[in-house]
Amino acid sequence: MAKTGKLGRGVALVGAGVSKFGSFKDKTSRDLYVEAFLDMKASVDKGFDPRDIQTIYVGCFSGDLFESQGHLAPIVTDWVGLVPRPATRVEDACASGGVALRQGVLAIASGLYDVALVSGVEKMTNLPTERVTDTLAAASDVLYEASAGFTFPGLYAAIATAHMAKYGTKVEHFMQVGIKNHNNGALNPKGQFNRSIKDIMLARQKKCQDQGQPVPDYKSEMDFLKDAAANPVVAWPMRLFDCSPITDGAACALLVAEDIARSFTDRPLYIIGSGQASDYALHGRPDITCIKASQIASKEAYQMAGVTPKDIQLAEVHDCFTIAEIVATEDLGFFAPGVGPKAVAEGVTARDGAKPINTSGGLKSKGHPVGASGVAQAVEIFKQLRGEAGPRQVPNKNLRLGLTHNVGATGGTSVIHVYERR
Amino acid sequence: MEQRDFTVASFNKFLGEKRLMGSKCKKCGSLHLPPRPLCPHCHEAVMEWTELSGKGKLVAYTAISVAPTVMVNQGLGKNNPYCSGVVELAEGPKICARVLGVDTRNPERIEVGTPVKLEVLERAEGQEKVFTLAFKA
Ligand SMILES: [Zn+2]
Repeated sequence: MAKTGKLGRGVALVGAGVSKFGSFKDKTSRDLYVEAFLDMKASVDKGFDPRDIQTIYVGCFSGDLFESQGHLAPIVTDWVGLVPRPATRVEDACASGGVALRQGVLAIASGLYDVALVSGVEKMTNLPTERVTDTLAAASDVLYEASAGFTFPGLYAAIATAHMAKYGTKVEHFMQVGIKNHNNGALNPKGQFNRSIKDIMLARQKKCQDQGQPVPDYKSEMDFLKDAAANPVVAWPMRLFDCSPITDGAACALLVAEDIARSFTDRPLYIIGSGQASDYALHGRPDITCIKASQIASKEAYQMAGVTPKDIQLAEVHDCFTIAEIVATEDLGFFAPGVGPKAVAEGVTARDGAKPINTSGGLKSKGHPVGASGVAQAVEIFKQLRGEAGPRQVPNKNLRLGLTHNVGATGGTSVIHVYERR
Repeated sequence: MEQRDFTVASFNKFLGEKRLMGSKCKKCGSLHLPPRPLCPHCHEAVMEWTELSGKGKLVAYTAISVAPTVMVNQGLGKNNPYCSGVVELAEGPKICARVLGVDTRNPERIEVGTPVKLEVLERAEGQEKVFTLAFKA
């Protein structure tokens, strides 16, 4: 077996930005990409000349099916004025962005490049929901998972029923993840929802009142989430508010060699751990209640960084579905297997809890433009560790170590990064 | 037995004959479902077909209401949810399949651990017959 890896040289994160996430009828991938690029450019404290960028990695799951546009990397590279630099599209389903980030880390660590633009983009809202469902299902094993009628939410729903059977997890735990992430997302102006579940609930009641219809009597957000009319089942036990939305968006981050980081900013972050792993289709796994690739990738990243799960102060994890966040917090070693539900119920993963998870609102509330999500996670860690997250800044902590966890499909790919502020 | 390649086409052809077939490595004896040509344990490509009993239990499932186009075209989905699951065969391997004979309108009553038995679904797509792996509770 290969020995534990380490980076050939230090890699710093000196800039990070996102486009607004949402549904934008008149914007294409390249427009969103330019918006994210400008946001990233503005975040580099000492400014920089974009011509110093030497290579570009673009996470994109399926411009081919969503927009009938393949080969997106040279196009967005052109749109931000960086032709003829090498432009590489990375596709690992919903982990495309995280893997693009990792490619940038490896490119700089290798010594080949000093400055790399890592990025992701997805324009999903052109298609009707049914065709989006078809397209996302293409990230599963089409021959042996999708053929059984499985949709993407359906596969995670199956993980949920296995978790429920093994650990006694309840649908309320899933709902608590959604409530928490919407509370965070309500404080994120770049997010798609930007509203708490409570606000959405009150808006529904008001709408009923305005239209002269009977007003549903919700005592709490939980009542609202259990109302099948307000929160219909997508794939039981996953309901609408357990699923990340269909989103247009892009994200960009600037990676540079450690020895030149200070010419970009006096407050660089360092990527001190990177791990990636693959896994079998769902039926090929010994245990369906966890994602082994995340366990392996995080162990690799922790070892490289010389840290333990306890040391990580906050994390952006891949909550494409609420069950996915619970499983992620267990796979990352934050909680023992089966204890993830209790952690969310007790507020441990809330913004003011001991282990804040998805302060950005997560994929659930911020939105999930699949190819961009892995990079957008790094953007949130960049802001939080530098104390720039505004009203959603994690309170009363001298943040020094953060983590991102980005999963492709149901865990066929998992990619993890550890970030340090020195 | 007639020699068939270890492909999805062969797997589906067997399904059409109401048989659930996997591949078994002649070198290390490991059993693979779905069938595959190369053994991931010993990296050899010396497989033989082997038939599974078709008896197993449900280890994970869902009842799907927001369905892909192919299921919507069969009248399944929004007002008629269907069950997909992971079934563990008596011989050990697991596989994804449609699950029949369960109450998809009350999915909270479906239980992990439920014993199931092979039942191949058949439908016409144009001139073609299409076979889908399913199990009945
Ligand atoms: Zn073998």
